[in-house]
This record gives sequence, C-alpha cells and structure tokens, in this order.
Amino acid sequence: MLDFLLSILVLTGASFAFIGSLGLIRLKDLYTRLHGPTKATTLGVGSLLIASAIYFSIYSEQISLHEFLITIFLFITAPVSAHLLAKAALHLGLPSLAEIPKAEEADQTEMTETVQTGATEAFEKNERIGSDNASPDEKARPAESKSITKTPRTPDQTQS
Amino acid sequence: MLAISIQIAFALVTAAVAMSFWRLLRGPDAPNRILALDTLYINTIAILVLLGIHLGSALFFEAALLIALMGFIGTVALCKYLLRGDIIE
Amino acid sequence: MTRLLPHPVLTPVLVLIWLLLNNSINTGQILLGLIFGWAIPVLTIHFWPEAVSIRKPLVLLRYITVLFHDIIMANFTVARLILGNPDKLHPIFIKVPLDLTSDLAISLLANSITLTPGTLSARLSDDQSYLLVHALNETDPDTLVATIKQRYENPLKEIFESC
Repeated sequence: MLDFLLSILVLTGASFAFIGSLGLIRLKDLYTRLHGPTKATTLGVGSLLIASAIYFSIYSEQISLHEFLITIFLFITAPVSAHLLAKAALHLGLPSLAEIPKAEEADQTEMTETVQTGATEAFEKNERIGSDNASPDEKARPAESKSITKTPRTPDQTQS
Repeated sequence: MLAISIQIAFALVTAAVAMSFWRLLRGPDAPNRILALDTLYINTIAILVLLGIHLGSALFFEAALLIALMGFIGTVALCKYLLRGDIIE
Repeated sequence: MTRLLPHPVLTPVLVLIWLLLNNSINTGQILLGLIFGWAIPVLTIHFWPEAVSIRKPLVLLRYITVLFHDIIMANFTVARLILGNPDKLHPIFIKVPLDLTSDLAISLLANSITLTPGTLSARLSDDQSYLLVHALNETDPDTLVATIKQRYENPLKEIFESC
C-alpha cells in the first residue's frame, strides 16, 4: 500500500519534470517556454521530495522533514527567476508570438540608454555568431550579423 | 514495485535533462540558454532525490539543497547581467 | 521591545528553518535555533526596510490553501497545453492594474500569478501602477484580470494593508 503511494508520487513527479522540459522543445517562443519549467517542474520536484520525505520517515528511525526545505525554497525562487527572465527578454526585445504592448517598447527605449546598451549589444552579437556557427540552417539573421560572421574569415584569406 | 517505478522515473528525468541540454546548446539567444540552465538545475535536483531514494541514503539531501541555492543565485546573476550589463552595481 | 525583537514574524521562521535543516527537535537544537532566530534579525536590522505585519492570519491561511489548490490545477492545465498542439495556443500580454501599494504585497501577488494557471508576471511598471502578465492560452483578457483581482489581490490587500 505504502509502496503504491510512493510509486504514484515518484511517477507523477518524474512525469511533470519530463513535461516541463518537453515544453522547452515544443513551444515556439521564450515567453511561452517560460511557463513549462516554472510550473511543471516545481510540482514535479515537489512531489519527488514529498515521496523522499515519506520514504525516509518510514525506513529510517527518525522523522525526516528536511526535504520540505527544498520544496519551499523552490516554490519561492521559481517565480522570481521566471519573472527576471521575462523582464530580461522584454528588455532585449525578444520576438514574441503575443503582441507586446506599445508602452513596454517605449519603456525599453528609455531604459536602453548610456553604458548598458554597449555591453548587452556586444553580448547579443556574440550569441548570434555562436548560434550561426552551430546551426547554419537557422532562420535568416539580420544583415549586420552576417557581416560579423564574415570577419573571422578574412585573416585566413590573407594568409593563403 | 517501488524499484520499478524508480527506474521509470530515472528514465523520464534523464530525458528531461537531455531536452533542457538540447535547448542549452541550441539557444538561439541568451535568455533561452539561461532558461535551459534553470530547468537543468531543477532536473538535477530531481535526479539527486531519486538517487537518494534508490540508494536509501540521506546524504544526497545536502547536495540537492546546495544545487537549489547556487542554481537560483546563478540564474538571478545572469538575468541581472542581461538587464544591466553588470552584475554588481 | 522593538529593539530587542525587531521582527516578530522572522524569528519563528528562522527557528523553523534551523530545525528543518538539522532534521531534529532536540532541546539543544531548539535553543540554538532560538539564539539564531533572535540574533540574526537584531544584527541585520539595517537591511530590513519595513517590518512585516500580518493583520489577518486566518485570511493568510485561506489564501495559502487556495494558492496550493490553484498550483496543482495549474500544473495539469499547463501539462495538457504542452502535450497538445503548440500551434493552437493563443498567448497574450495583459496589463493588470494594481491597487496594492506595499512592496511585499506586490511581490507576493507577482509570485502567485507566476505559480498559477498559465499566467506569468513579466514586468512591473516603474510607477507600480500595473503588472504586465503573459498568459499561455487566453482569449478573454477581461475575465482573467477580474479573476486575478478577486482571487489573489483582494485577500492580499486584506492581509497586508489596513483599509
């Protein structure tokens, strides 16, 4: 009976963790992808931890409740990291399936002033070069990144 | 029965780790990779907890707790970097 | 009183975390936890801008129950949406106007929104007047805003803000 309950908890936990990560692959843009890990994974790991708490409370001499510490911690931190990721994505102006409200775009242009832009843009360009090399079949990139990807080749040509 | 379901759970969580790793390699941009890292560390906690039940050892709890703490701090630091271009202001 | 015990809510929470971390309820551990629970708030008093006061503990308890129920439901909803056809999803950004003013209540509301059915708080406007929420699959924004306000914001307002 107890084995049955533990098996159910373990299997639901693992399935939710699986579905949460499946969302990372199946969904089309970052904002929808964020939903998978924050929800499915917290409950997934949550029920695994509850299974672990029950298991150790019964098979070892003392009651084991410290697993709940991780559960509580994950439930507090998961929404915070999701919020920060969504904020960062809005700040960088990532493409979205849903229409981003106009005021947010205006906010972005106000925010992307001064020194910050330099660093983030450089970071973005690095990212583009990296992903271009990794997968040439990716969708068309903006024109400026193509000119960047060509630059590493020029030294080779001069050498030859 | 518990032994069999733990085996199945191992397979499912390993597949989850593989999928988040795929997203980590594929990108295509920084926030997607951070999201993949975030999922990766949560799945790692799941694997450690499963391993703890499988081997009947409570030692894995500390490792899982540390990964939870460090993973969260890492995600926040990377997001801050994207938002500000700097981690410590 | 305020100097000796600056955060009456924080102390029991710290004791509880200490006991969970040690996984025991020895007298020694309880004493040590009480010492930490008293010393940490006193020593870090400058890092805490405002004291937390819970006005209605019963409402908080009910809120937590509702939230847990919603989180479990949300997981099944999102799992079904992920396993279904991703092309049929209808994601949307919604602005939720805020009535809350305290920082703690707003952050709790944002966290609750992220943990519950298919919604995700994406950005708080600079003047804290609205919260930008991303919904995974929603065709009726007005109902969603009404639900969020009625289900989460009103209890939070009751708990943390006297009115």
